[in-house]
Amino acid sequence: MTARLARLVLEDGSIFRGGGWGSSGRQIGEVVFCTAMTGYQEALTDPSYRGQILVLTTAHVGNYGVCADDVESDSPQVAGFVVHEAAPLRSNCRADEGLPEWLARHGIPALDGVDTRALVCRLRSGGAMRGVLAVDDAASDEELHALVQASPSMSGLDLATEAGAGASGERTETLDAFWPAPPLVDGPPCQVVAIDCGAKRNIYRHLVSAGCAVRVVPPTVTATEIRAMEPEGVFVSNGPGDPAAVEGLIETLREIAGEVPTFGICLGHQLLALALGAKTWKLPFGHRGANQPVRDVQRGRIAITSQNHGFCVDADSLEACGCTVTHWHLNDGTVAGFRHQSKPIMGVQFHPEASPGPHEAADLFGQFVESMHLARSNAVAGR
Amino acid sequence: MPRRDDIHSILILGSGPIVIGQGCEFDYSGTQACKALQADGYRIVLVNSNPATIMTDPEFSDRTYIEPITPEAVRRILELEKSRGTPVDAVLPTLGGQTALNCACELDELGLLEEFDVEMIGATRAVIERAEDRQAFREVCESCGYDLPRCKVVTSVDDGFDFLEEIGLPAVLRPAYTLGGSGGGIAYNREEFEDQLRRGLDASRIGQVQIDQSVLGWKEYELEVVRDHKDNCLVICGIENIDPMGVHTGDSITVAPIQTLSDREYQRLRDASFDILRAVGVDTGGSNVQFAVNPETAEMVVVEMNPRVSRSSALASKATGFPIAHIAAKLAVGYTLDELRNDITETTSACFEPSIDYVVVKMPRWTFEKFPEADETLTTQMKSVGEAMSIGRNFREAFQKAVRSMEVKRFGFGLDGQDRWLASQDDASVEWPIDEETLTRKLAVPCQGRLYYVRYALKQGWTAERVHDITRIDPWFIEQFERLVRFEDTLLAAGSLEDIDVDLMRQAKQNGYSDPQLARIFLGDISTENILTVRAYRKQLGVMPVFKLVDTCAAEFEAVTPYYYSTYETPYEVDGKAVVDDEIRVSDREKIVILGGGPNRIGQGIEFDYCCCQAAFACEELGYESVMINSNPETVSTDYDTSDLLFFEPLTLEDVLDIVERLNGGGVDEPNRQGGVAGCIVQFGGQTPLNLAHGLAAAGVPLIGTGLEAIDTAEDRDRFKAILEDLGLKQPPNGIAYSLEEARDIAEDIGYPVLVRPSYVLGGRGMEICYDVDALDRYMRTAVDVSDLANAPILIDQFLNDATEVDVDVVADFTPHESTRSNQITASSDPPRAIIAGIMEHIEQAGVHSGDSSCMLPPDTLSPSTRKRIAEHARALAEALQVRGLMNLQLAIRDDEIFVIEVNPRASRTVPYVAKATGQPWSRIAAKVMMGRSLADLGMQGDQSPPTFHAVKEPVFPFDKFPGVDVVLGPEMRSTGEAMGFDRSLPMALAKAKMSAWLPLPTEGHVFLSVRDGDKIAAIDVARSLVSMGFQVHSTQGTCDLLASHSVEATPIRKISEGARPNILDRLANNEIDLIINTPTKTGADTDEGRIRAMAVRSRVPMITTMTGAIAAVRAITALRGGDWQVAALQDSHAAAEPARS
Repeated sequence: MTARLARLVLEDGSIFRGGGWGSSGRQIGEVVFCTAMTGYQEALTDPSYRGQILVLTTAHVGNYGVCADDVESDSPQVAGFVVHEAAPLRSNCRADEGLPEWLARHGIPALDGVDTRALVCRLRSGGAMRGVLAVDDAASDEELHALVQASPSMSGLDLATEAGAGASGERTETLDAFWPAPPLVDGPPCQVVAIDCGAKRNIYRHLVSAGCAVRVVPPTVTATEIRAMEPEGVFVSNGPGDPAAVEGLIETLREIAGEVPTFGICLGHQLLALALGAKTWKLPFGHRGANQPVRDVQRGRIAITSQNHGFCVDADSLEACGCTVTHWHLNDGTVAGFRHQSKPIMGVQFHPEASPGPHEAADLFGQFVESMHLARSNAVAGR
Repeated sequence: MPRRDDIHSILILGSGPIVIGQGCEFDYSGTQACKALQADGYRIVLVNSNPATIMTDPEFSDRTYIEPITPEAVRRILELEKSRGTPVDAVLPTLGGQTALNCACELDELGLLEEFDVEMIGATRAVIERAEDRQAFREVCESCGYDLPRCKVVTSVDDGFDFLEEIGLPAVLRPAYTLGGSGGGIAYNREEFEDQLRRGLDASRIGQVQIDQSVLGWKEYELEVVRDHKDNCLVICGIENIDPMGVHTGDSITVAPIQTLSDREYQRLRDASFDILRAVGVDTGGSNVQFAVNPETAEMVVVEMNPRVSRSSALASKATGFPIAHIAAKLAVGYTLDELRNDITETTSACFEPSIDYVVVKMPRWTFEKFPEADETLTTQMKSVGEAMSIGRNFREAFQKAVRSMEVKRFGFGLDGQDRWLASQDDASVEWPIDEETLTRKLAVPCQGRLYYVRYALKQGWTAERVHDITRIDPWFIEQFERLVRFEDTLLAAGSLEDIDVDLMRQAKQNGYSDPQLARIFLGDISTENILTVRAYRKQLGVMPVFKLVDTCAAEFEAVTPYYYSTYETPYEVDGKAVVDDEIRVSDREKIVILGGGPNRIGQGIEFDYCCCQAAFACEELGYESVMINSNPETVSTDYDTSDLLFFEPLTLEDVLDIVERLNGGGVDEPNRQGGVAGCIVQFGGQTPLNLAHGLAAAGVPLIGTGLEAIDTAEDRDRFKAILEDLGLKQPPNGIAYSLEEARDIAEDIGYPVLVRPSYVLGGRGMEICYDVDALDRYMRTAVDVSDLANAPILIDQFLNDATEVDVDVVADFTPHESTRSNQITASSDPPRAIIAGIMEHIEQAGVHSGDSSCMLPPDTLSPSTRKRIAEHARALAEALQVRGLMNLQLAIRDDEIFVIEVNPRASRTVPYVAKATGQPWSRIAAKVMMGRSLADLGMQGDQSPPTFHAVKEPVFPFDKFPGVDVVLGPEMRSTGEAMGFDRSLPMALAKAKMSAWLPLPTEGHVFLSVRDGDKIAAIDVARSLVSMGFQVHSTQGTCDLLASHSVEATPIRKISEGARPNILDRLANNEIDLIINTPTKTGADTDEGRIRAMAVRSRVPMITTMTGAIAAVRAITALRGGDWQVAALQDSHAAAEPARS
């Protein structure tokens, strides 16, 4: 859409040349693709994409601009953005800004006019790859390739600690009118400490709307600090990077998980599994999209879910440490959720908060609240 | 839960004859259901009155009933199956459109389901009523918290006006229980309101019309949804209408995926669809839910839902690769979505939502040229007769591909032969710019071709905002059009073809510009030669399309099903080399390319799709790889498992050559290459592929079957005349006129009446009968472009009054002339022969287009010796033309004299009907013959013995959709589809044909008889028979007197022109007349007769407009009154026939 030339150089040496949009500059990151057809602004601001170059498969991106109400964090989190065709205008009454201006304003380089399908096929067969997205002419192809090869792999990278650094305070925002109202819960709100590893805003909105008082803490929080807050529940958020590298938080969770009802989403789910003694591994190219089918074992039903993860939990090791798999990914049989057999710990690999994606797993927040209410009434009974 | 074991035998209801709003998409869905359930071991009993469907081929079900889709016929089927010891356990009504749903509801209402212990699966009656009853549906939606536009269901005109006071004009009217919005519309003034309300109340099965507050201009969306009995719900595809609310979705240009909704807005529609499905109670199967979204406020309202698969679900299936009907059928018998596999990937689950990485555009095809008096404004009542779908990697490419898929001589968004702006550049007499008033009107009123005016407006410098304000088309789409308009400048800046460099050429192709557009711009006109010149230059630049997969998952998983579309992609670099990804896996099996028929239109529809599917089956049986190219999403031919390779592409020379070259590894001229294209079939898809034949041949594509030479000879008056003279066969006296004077002379010479038509037309376009020189003059002045007579002369035939018309379908295996024969396919050594597939006698006399006349097989009145001579004629012609494959012959027979009217050495519209009537898959046999087998090889030694059953073909017409159009049959074809009546007795077959065409004959009551003078004598016998059966005959005073003089009692009825009431119109409106026999003397919607005919259509009173038809009707009524009638499955009536898939 502009005359600027831009390149994406992958670690295997392949080069995709197209038009530059967004900001000028150069960014290195793991190149991942997402097949969701709507929700680019939610994805771009999802901290789980931190440090990654996001490729969207849908043909036209940016059509409905950017709406301040629809973002998942203050600013775009991706390192770079690659699409088949970017829209120069915004066509939606809710939009505040066009996507190109917004990306430029936040310093995110972007590329369009490339064969994204060819790129996806390459990632699908070659596995996740690092790449550099350059919207400048300064470096030669060879220099860029050398840069990519010198960059660290996503495996072993703790990005969550940084993503959640400084998180603090209460969250009070509720879901907007686009969501079906969650069932009303009696009694005072449940006090939840949410460990923020790069959480999406909509998770907090769901918790608040489901009847939680949410207090946010960074991943560096200690067990003692959490206990001092006397929470009724602990929540561990999604976030970027390799879960196994977030060692400090894993330690904390090992100590505290299950003392009160504990719920983890995506990276949070992986961290809880690691804390319980299970293993995680890196998927060949991850699950990223809004059409991922998950079997809810207990209900015998399928939920179409939003997912965004490159790592996953090993089923055997999970079951070996006293957990039951509650959700399976229907396509490849990987773990999509678990519950501890004796302690109130549960986690899901997918995103019940949606945004973007289907809403149908939202009742998991209700389940979390229910478990806190149960603990509350048990405590009353025990007194 | 896996499949249900408590049901064994399932009755599937088809959708009957093709009508506007119910096209061949239900053959696609029904065929999928038959295949899916048969594969699961269920016994399938099928009823469908449409013989042109693939699903009624006997191999797709265990019991195939070509019978009326009415409770009376279904009751007999249930009885017969029960008496045979194989009772039907369940009826599946959700795959046969509104027809099947209505029939199932009636079966239930009549207690027949209970009586025969048949369970309704897929949807229950309560569900159907909650979804279709406007008031019930509104309550359901409101209980879920969703709004609908303000509305009221009314049952009378007065109630309607009361509500109009509340909501004001414009108002939207929707009759309940109709298809394609029949009888509905938008009323902008009180007069329109009243007219539409009356029509709607008449059309609705339950006499209800919903009046809606107008949400005109809101954005319109459709979600195709699937649900199983465990409450797993999926959206298969979201579709956005470019034309905002106010235009029926079947008449809208639509796009997938949804382009202008944010995730929040989209998920809200998704949530609402599921909530509504649950509340309505659709436990299993596919549904579609329509929404409107206010572009200014994002407010959402529900518009309607269909608790069944639909035209949109066929589109969604083709757009995503997810076979909704197949899955819906499986869900109906107990499976859940997670138990089913995604056939496209073979590894992943069917319980997922497809993601697509391309853009799909669907464009409707109208045929207003057939109904010049009809109002062309697009409203909430569907008027299109077909559609094309196209796939591109961006909207502009998909859109321009859709335009050229229409086959209306448009090759893209302007810059073609029809572009007014381009024409104005070289021709000062072309008005440009277009005056503001005209342009505003063209943009404001939704009409066919409105988007061309969007382009003109943009070219005239109108802003996108201004265009949006008038059209209410979303700014995103207008920006896409603006980009094309801007690109035109870049393109035109290149002074000549050679100035276009690789980058510009690639940009042009990525924007969807076709070679014909480039030929028009740079080489002057769109000729085969110029198209091939552009192509050669483009190849020299190395700008060739790549083929990508439709894989349901945006490349997340590897797909195994070879379903492709073409696009132009930007190369990327690997090891310093530029590469483009192309996903075709070319096998080393020899390939046969089958060219489909493109969008359905009047004169070219499902019949040709049937033939193309048969060709694919023939390939499979002979070991060839079948390659299907088609652009019609409603069809069975574009189902991914009909052929080995499917290309969803426009049927133009460029697109076909691209595919053939790619399959051949780069060129078309290497026919001996291992696994290359061994042959291309152009004779099965109607006129569409035939129009490409010369270009394909010129490019070196091996065409198989009858040579092009023969096809041309049959079309060329002089050469054909010479052949007939050689063979000693007669033709009606005829001539070709290149000027008005010549026309007069020829007509004088051969004698009036004469049949006149332009050369080279299909479906009788512009054909007329002139009874005198004045009529001829008028025709020459009004119907023909006299200035171009030198290039497009007029054919003049003597019109054979009172002749019987006969159609003959023939299969022959002669060896075509070497110059047009592919050397790849060798012929067998058996002596060549021609076999008569069927001789059909038309009920209407010569002069009515063969597609519009009813016909009988075997013939009724032809003597054995005449039949023998007809067969000899056919054989002689097949040999003279060296036909290899199918040939259709039209004859007129008068006083035992046989006249040859027309020969078409290609698949005809009647081939599937003949196949069903005779029990032989003629087009499959013909395809095998084209591929080199001899008829003897295939066990076809000689003519078949005549069938023991009578098959009557009955056309159906769309007159109810075009008020104001006169209902008179003539040489111009106007029917959209056909039904077949099938019975041991001819009169009963005639009666069934009428039932199947939705105009059942009465067995008692009142008949209005009004005939032209020439028919009066014949009318006496008809009237006498009717009176003797207890009918009361009403007629004008003159006719009454004549009848009385022959001792036939009739009641006089007042002419409209007499002014006194009640007249015939009043009686029709009051349902006091049960049958009309009216042979026209005056035509035109504004004549008294025209008004009577229009009222008959509106009141759904059966009407017969020819005397031969009336005589046949009397026989049919006699049979109906004779007592109980029987039904029969094809499997019984053709028991001796060989199994079709040998």
